[in-house]
Amino acid sequence: MIPELGQFAIALALALALMQGSIPLVGAHRGDSRLMALAKPLAQAQFALLVLAFAALAWSFLTHDFSVKNVAQNSFSQLPAVYRFTATWGSHEGSLLLWTVILAGWSAAVAVFSRQLPEEMVARVLGVMGLISVGFLALLLLTSSPFERLFPIPADGRDLNPLLQDLGMVSHPPLLYMGYVGFSVAFAFAIAALLSGRLDAAWARWSRPWTTTAWTFLTLGVGLGSWWAYRELGWGGWWFWDPTENASLMPWLAGTALIHALAATEKRGVFGNWSVLLAIATFSLSLLGTFLVRSGVLSSVHAFATDPTRGLFILIFLGLVVGGSLTLYALRAPRMMGGGSFGWFSRESLLLANNVFLIAALGAVLLGTLYPLFLDALGLGKISVGPPYFNAVFVPLVAPVLFLVGVGPLARWKQADLPDLMWRLKGAFAVALVTAALLPLTLDGMNLQVTLGVFLALWILFTVLKGFALRLQHHRGSRVRQLARLPRAFWGMQLAHAGLALLVVGVTIVSNYETERDVRMPIGSHLELAGHRFVFQGVEELPGPNYLAGRGTMDVTTPWGRSFTLYPEKRNYNASGMIMTQAAVNYGPFRDVYVSLGDPLGDGAWTVRVYHKPFVGWLWAGTLLLALGGGLAAADRRYRVALRRRSDPAPAPEPLRSITREGVA
Amino acid sequence: MSCRLRLLVLAVFLLPVLGAASLPATPNTDDPALEARLNHLAEDLRCVVCQNESLAESRASLALDLREEIREMMRAGLTDDAVVESLVARYGDFVLYRPPVKPLTYVLWGGPLAFLLIGIALALATLHRRRTLRPQADVSPEALREAARLLRSDHSRHPGSPIASGTASRLSHQEER
Repeated sequence: MIPELGQFAIALALALALMQGSIPLVGAHRGDSRLMALAKPLAQAQFALLVLAFAALAWSFLTHDFSVKNVAQNSFSQLPAVYRFTATWGSHEGSLLLWTVILAGWSAAVAVFSRQLPEEMVARVLGVMGLISVGFLALLLLTSSPFERLFPIPADGRDLNPLLQDLGMVSHPPLLYMGYVGFSVAFAFAIAALLSGRLDAAWARWSRPWTTTAWTFLTLGVGLGSWWAYRELGWGGWWFWDPTENASLMPWLAGTALIHALAATEKRGVFGNWSVLLAIATFSLSLLGTFLVRSGVLSSVHAFATDPTRGLFILIFLGLVVGGSLTLYALRAPRMMGGGSFGWFSRESLLLANNVFLIAALGAVLLGTLYPLFLDALGLGKISVGPPYFNAVFVPLVAPVLFLVGVGPLARWKQADLPDLMWRLKGAFAVALVTAALLPLTLDGMNLQVTLGVFLALWILFTVLKGFALRLQHHRGSRVRQLARLPRAFWGMQLAHAGLALLVVGVTIVSNYETERDVRMPIGSHLELAGHRFVFQGVEELPGPNYLAGRGTMDVTTPWGRSFTLYPEKRNYNASGMIMTQAAVNYGPFRDVYVSLGDPLGDGAWTVRVYHKPFVGWLWAGTLLLALGGGLAAADRRYRVALRRRSDPAPAPEPLRSITREGVA
Repeated sequence: MSCRLRLLVLAVFLLPVLGAASLPATPNTDDPALEARLNHLAEDLRCVVCQNESLAESRASLALDLREEIREMMRAGLTDDAVVESLVARYGDFVLYRPPVKPLTYVLWGGPLAFLLIGIALALATLHRRRTLRPQADVSPEALREAARLLRSDHSRHPGSPIASGTASRLSHQEER
C-alpha cells in the first residue's frame, strides 16, 4: 500500500510539474498575474508530493519490504538501519527519485525566497524548473520506477553494494545532487533572462546567491566523493580521473567560471551574455554527468546499446535542454549586450582570463572523458584516457588560474595600475618563489612540481593577507572590529581562495612525498616507515552486522613517541560474497598513516600495505574552506537587504531594462 | 624540549617495543628494484577487465597474472618500452592510460591547446572592443532620472549599502570592491 502511495505521489507530481512548466510561462508572456501566481503554490505542492514519495521508498527500505524490487535488489535483512535508509538512494531508481526531490526542493526554495523579484521573473524561473522536473519525473515513471513490485516475494534481499556501506556515501550523493540540481536555478534564471530580455546587473544579483549556494554544495559533494574514495577503495588514492569523477568536476569548473563571470556582471554590467551561456553550460554539464553515470555508457558503450532506454531518454532530454536553450540564446542574446568599458589590465580583464583558462581546462576534461566513448561508438577502436593524459593537459591550464587568484582580487575594476600592483606584490612574489625553490632542496633534491605547487600556494596565501591589509589600511581603531565589519562576500572570497591554497599544498606534497611499503608481516613483526614504527599483532575474526571481518591489529608508534592502534579489516559480505578491504587511517594535521590488509600467507602472516601520506588532510581542509567561503559569500548582507526590502511597494526598476537594451556592446 | 631529552623519551617509549619485537617485515617481493620498476610502469597501464583501474591498483586475478608476466619479461631483460609494446600487441591501445599520439588521437592531444588559443583570441577581441568603447553609453533621459531616483532611495534607506544596479553604479562614482 505504501509503495503504491509513493508511485501515485510521483504521478501527481508529474501532473503538477506539467502545469508548473506551462501555465506560469504563458502567464508571463501575456502579462496575466493570475496565471503567474500559480507558479509558487504548484512548486511547493510538487515538493510536498515528492517528499512523500521519497518517504514511502525510505519506509519500504526501513521495513524490509522485499516485495518492492528496488528494496529486494539493494537491501538485506541484516543491513543496519542507517544503511537501509541511505540505500533509498543507493540504486539507479532511488537516486533519480532523490534528484527529483532535490529539484523540487530548490523550486520550493525559489518560491519562498523570491518575494523581492518581479512576478514575471519568478513565473519564468519556476516555469523553466517545472519543465526540467517534467523531464526527470517522466524518466522516473517511464523507465525507472522505484516502486516496482516483485512476485514471488523473495525471502531476503541481495544487499546494498558494500562499497556504498560507508558514512562518506551517506552524504556524498545528496550533496552532489544539491550542487548538480542547484545549477538548475542558475539555468532557469538564465532562460528567464533570455525570455524577458532582462539581462542586467539586477538579474546577476538575483541569480548570484543561488549560483554560489549550488557551487558550495557541489564543492562539498566533490570533496566528499574524493574522501570516500580515499578511505573506501583501499589504496589511498584521492582522485583517479575516473569518468564518474570527471562528471562532477566538469560542472564544478563551469560553475566556478560562472560565479566569477557573474561577479563582473553584477558589479559592472559586463559579460552578461557570457554569464547566461555559462549558466546553460553548467547545468547541461550536470545533466551530462547524470547521463554518463546513469546510462551505463561508461562501463561499455555496448552495454548502453543493449539496454538504451534510460540512457537514450536522458540523452534526448539533454539534447532538448542544450539545443533549446542555445537556440533561444542565438535568437535573443545578441540584442542585449551591456556594460561599460574597461582597460586591458583591470578586474574585468583578469576575470576574463580566469574564465579563459577555466573553460580550456573544462574542455580538456570533457575531451578526455568523451573521446574514448566517441571512438568506441564510431567503431574506430578502443583507447583509454587516464591520469597521465589528464595530468599532462589539466595542470598547465589550471596553474595560470591559480596565479591569477593572487592578482585578480587586488586589481581595481575598470582600470588597474599594473606597475603599482607589481610593486606592491614584489615581496610576496619573491618570498613565495624563494621558499618554493628551496623547500624541495631541504627534502630530497630539486623538484619542479613541488616548487610550482608550493609557490602558487604561498602566492595565494600572501596575496589573501595583502587583500585584508589593503582593506584595513585606511581604517583606524580596533583591527578585530574592522575585520568583523568587512562584508561577508569579501570574507567568503578570501577564505575560498585560501582554501584553494591549502588544497594545492595537499595535492603537491602528497603526490610527491608519499611513501608506501608492500610487505609480508608475520605476527609480531615490525616495519619502519617515515619514522613511524608498525608492529603487526595478527588478524582475528570479527562478525559484523551483515559481514564477517578479518580484523588486523597494527600498533603504531610515531617519531614523537605517541602510540596508537589501527584496525584494518578485510570483510566478506554475507549476501553478495563480495570481499572488501577496509583500510584503517590515523588522521593528523601534517600526515595520515594508512594501513590496508592484503592477503593471508598462512601461520597468521599477512601481506600488508602501509602508506605515509604527508599533508593529505590539507586537501579536504582546503575543500571545506572553499565551501565555507562559498557559504559566506552567498550569505552576504546585500542579498539579505534585498530580501528585507520585499515590503517595498515599488516593483523592480522597469526602465533600467531599456538602458541595458540600448547599451552599446 | 631539548634534543637529548627528546631522544631519551623516545628511547623509553621504544624500549619495550624493541624488546618484544622481533623480525622485521619482509618486502612482498624478492626483488624490490624490479617491483618498483613494475609498479611505475603498471600505474600507466589499464587492467583491461576492470571497470577503471590501473594494473598497479587492481587485485583482479587477470591483473595479478599480467603483473607476473611483466615481471617475467623484465627478468628476461626486456626494456620498459618493449614490455609495453608486447602488451599493446595483445590488448591494443586500450591498455595504455596515456593514449599514443597518432592521427586518431591528434584531436585529443591537440584539443586543449586549441581551446586555450580560441579562448585567448576571443578574450583579446573582447578586450579590444571594451577598451575602444566610449566610456559612457547613450542613456535616455528618463532612464537617467529613474536611476538617480533609485540611487537616492537606496542611500536613504540603507546608507552605505551597495547600489542595486550595475547600470546605476556606472552612472555614479566607481565602486570599490
